[in-house]
Amino acid sequence: MSTLSSPSGAVRPAPPLTRLRSKHLLSAADLTAEEIVLILDTAEAMQEIGTRRIKKVPALRGQTVVNLFLEPSTRTRTSFEIAEKRLSADTLNIAGGETLADMARTLEAMAPDLLVVRHAFSGACHLLADICNARVINAGDGMHEHPTQALLDAFTIRAHKPSIAGLKVTIVGDLLHSRVLRSNILLLHALGADVWLCGPSTLMLPGSERFGVHATTAIDEALAGADVVMLLRVQFERMRGRFFPSVREYFEMFGITAERLRRAGPDAIVMHPGPMNRGVEIASDVADGPSSVILEQVANGVAIRMAVLYLLAGVEVDEVEP
Amino acid sequence: MIPDPCVLKAARLVDPVQGLDGEHDLRIAGGRIAAVGRDLPLDGAAPVALPAGFVVCPGFIDMHVHLREPGQEHKETIASGAAAAVAGGFVAVACMPNTEPVNDHAGVTEEIVRKAAAAGLARVYPIGAATVGSAGERLTEIRELRVAGCVAVSDDGHPIADALMMRRALEYVSMFDMPVINHCEDPSLKGEGVVHEGYRAASLGLRGIPGAAEAVMVERDVSLSELAGGAVHIAHMSARGSLRAVRSGKERDIAVTCEVTPHHFILTDDELEYDTNFKMNPPLRAAEDRTAMLDGLADGSIDAIATDHAPHHADEKALEFDRAPFGVVGLETAVPLALDRLVHRGVIGLPRLVELLARNPARILRVEGGTLEPGSTADLTILAPDAPTEVAASRFRSKGRNTPFDGWRLRGAVAATLIDGRAVYVNDSVTGAELLGASS
Amino acid sequence: MPVVMEADRIARTLVRIAHEVVERNRGAADIALVGIRTRGVPLAQRIARHLAEIDGRDVPTGSLDITLYRDDLMRHPVGPQPVLRRTEIPFSIDDRRILLVDDVLYSGRTIRAALDALIDFGRPRSIQLIVLVDRGHRELPIKADYVGRNLPTSVRESVRVRLVEIDGVDEVVVVDDGAALDPDGAAPDEGGEERP
Repeated sequence: MSTLSSPSGAVRPAPPLTRLRSKHLLSAADLTAEEIVLILDTAEAMQEIGTRRIKKVPALRGQTVVNLFLEPSTRTRTSFEIAEKRLSADTLNIAGGETLADMARTLEAMAPDLLVVRHAFSGACHLLADICNARVINAGDGMHEHPTQALLDAFTIRAHKPSIAGLKVTIVGDLLHSRVLRSNILLLHALGADVWLCGPSTLMLPGSERFGVHATTAIDEALAGADVVMLLRVQFERMRGRFFPSVREYFEMFGITAERLRRAGPDAIVMHPGPMNRGVEIASDVADGPSSVILEQVANGVAIRMAVLYLLAGVEVDEVEP
Repeated sequence: MIPDPCVLKAARLVDPVQGLDGEHDLRIAGGRIAAVGRDLPLDGAAPVALPAGFVVCPGFIDMHVHLREPGQEHKETIASGAAAAVAGGFVAVACMPNTEPVNDHAGVTEEIVRKAAAAGLARVYPIGAATVGSAGERLTEIRELRVAGCVAVSDDGHPIADALMMRRALEYVSMFDMPVINHCEDPSLKGEGVVHEGYRAASLGLRGIPGAAEAVMVERDVSLSELAGGAVHIAHMSARGSLRAVRSGKERDIAVTCEVTPHHFILTDDELEYDTNFKMNPPLRAAEDRTAMLDGLADGSIDAIATDHAPHHADEKALEFDRAPFGVVGLETAVPLALDRLVHRGVIGLPRLVELLARNPARILRVEGGTLEPGSTADLTILAPDAPTEVAASRFRSKGRNTPFDGWRLRGAVAATLIDGRAVYVNDSVTGAELLGASS
Repeated sequence: MPVVMEADRIARTLVRIAHEVVERNRGAADIALVGIRTRGVPLAQRIARHLAEIDGRDVPTGSLDITLYRDDLMRHPVGPQPVLRRTEIPFSIDDRRILLVDDVLYSGRTIRAALDALIDFGRPRSIQLIVLVDRGHRELPIKADYVGRNLPTSVRESVRVRLVEIDGVDEVVVVDDGAALDPDGAAPDEGGEERP
């Protein structure tokens, strides 16, 4: 039991302490259902801070957070940066140069408390976590994972549905290259959702049967009775005609239109991690329509990241005074 | 030191070429095997009684290593690679031409031969490039490479992707009785892949290379060998589809042979994390592929075990998985791994192991050794099949530490390695091995 | 486990405090109540009801979680953090007389944190402090304006406030250390102990 700042010598009951088991957030697989709920509950409390006139609390005062974004990203970096500033952390942004291992050693010399890492290659955060003392938050690594995106997605779903357990969540788009997908499968499964994947056969997830999902190329089957329709960005510029012949044909087969969406459940919500391609993954009237919660997702990102930063922050065990 | 002449008195001597597996003596004189038989007379030679449990085999030959010299001496040199070879029980290695410069002309070959002789450890057989710069466009001067000492040609590291180029190489080498060794991998199917395509790759977010990328080229090469008549040897085979193609070629008496590495018959892609010591090309495959490799080793359709020893500097491996180079070292782990995983688990017996590690590599490369027949050079690998081996990368003689097997405890050890009747390596952690000489 | 305040005593005390508030502020105009989580919140709501009865007007009431303002927040071992609850102050505090409500006043650190938090919401005309129990042992120069009961205690004792809305019973008890450490009694969020 930790002794709090009380009249000296007094042993008092500790306040309710809850922790994440893992030092880092590298993968959604690091989180149990209980931990996910803790993060979502904490994010709910954090949301209120954004409505204040002074949108800042002193929780992370004196903590140094380095945003190491080695792959361009405006949305995620901005979201993390706002979250860090609202918690009064000292933040700095670094864009790279040397090898990752050398950069990690350089950073280590600056003794940051938290590293928020975005990288074009899968597993880069694991490499940093191995070398650095700081806690590492994966802000998207290659095609691997993007756990805070999945958390904010779950947070958004929870705001609209009584429970995530048992929901049919249909994820449509470029399954093969999506880190958002991989984190969402893990997180949604932990919370008991039924996950359906749909996309062209060329963009299917290899080994999808071992992921415990339903995979289909039939959009109507995937949408039937869905509670949540989550779209993934199709990076057409990277496809070069090798995965599907044209945007037109993709949209005809997999694009979410108002008419197609009628197959989903009556209160289905439509989500997109952004940035979206209107007329490719989604028709504009759906993106801007009553089912869309896309802008809420963006807003929720800050609260989720505040929650994760807050829950991971703290001093090292060996620094605690006896 | 082992005296010369001497008579090795072995509790077990294995040589499938002569059909021997049992208690035999072996007389060494003048660096060659003078006689093999029961109760050989000493005739003035010194008797050397080997400890019980030691097994005398023809010297093992690793027909696929990368010694990195010239050009990448920070990864390995011919001397450090040769030291690693003998410590791993290999009397000879065949080194791939992907050095800097590429071994595509006699000057490079001669330098390799000279440095290997200076090292005075394992025999080193250079493999010349099949095409200039291994660029896949023009044939190298294969006759001159042959004269300088090359035993095969290969563009290893790269496939010979162009079918016509491969056909011409096979036709051309048929004049010199040497094989083309091909790294079979369709470049377009490989794409930017770094691991085997499947669930594991997908969950780690790494790009996959399907087994078919290898198998389609093996199938092609079998057909081309049939067309051209030259011998093709499939390097580091990993996919079950490739094995199927090799078997079908052998059934039709096509001159196709193949090798498999210990990592491909032991590990699968299920073991993958982001540890770059598990990154090699071809990648660790699915469990079904591994099982197929074991079947091929047992039923004779796989000809050889080779390590694809590919040392890299630790800094080069300490990168993002996608950026790290492919390759793992293998010289100092292959024999204990094979004893533990193949022999002790009943996949194959020792005679078959000797075929895979000695006889067949010698036959495929048309080099001396591979047998204990009188008149052969006295190149011996002496095994202590029940002695424990603990893999410790930090103690490798190779400069490369990039092994996925670090810390593994195995049953089976190399006791000593003899070349020309001379003990070039004695394993001082194996009890009784000191009889064969001082530790090196 | 000695009960130092029973339900009817707590009820009478809160009525008395409400009267004092009206008297001292000459009515309940411009007043707003902010309860400190957890048990300050129901106390604030009860006082608001009394004020409405006495003065005839609804007094805006909010709740404040001071976790993120605690002075010991980053002093715990890595990972464990106090559970954060929502702050709800659905009115402007500018130019209002804010009545901050907590159950127990002890070191004063909770109130220090609450003052910091409140200032981030605006510039109130004044802030006054209501506590049900003042048990002494202040570590900061903080003093309550309205005290339900002054309770001299030893630092080895804990003061627990239990309220119907949260605990199903209204009472204030004093327990000593041994009891505080027993699994039932030690539930950290149970008593009315000031947290920082």
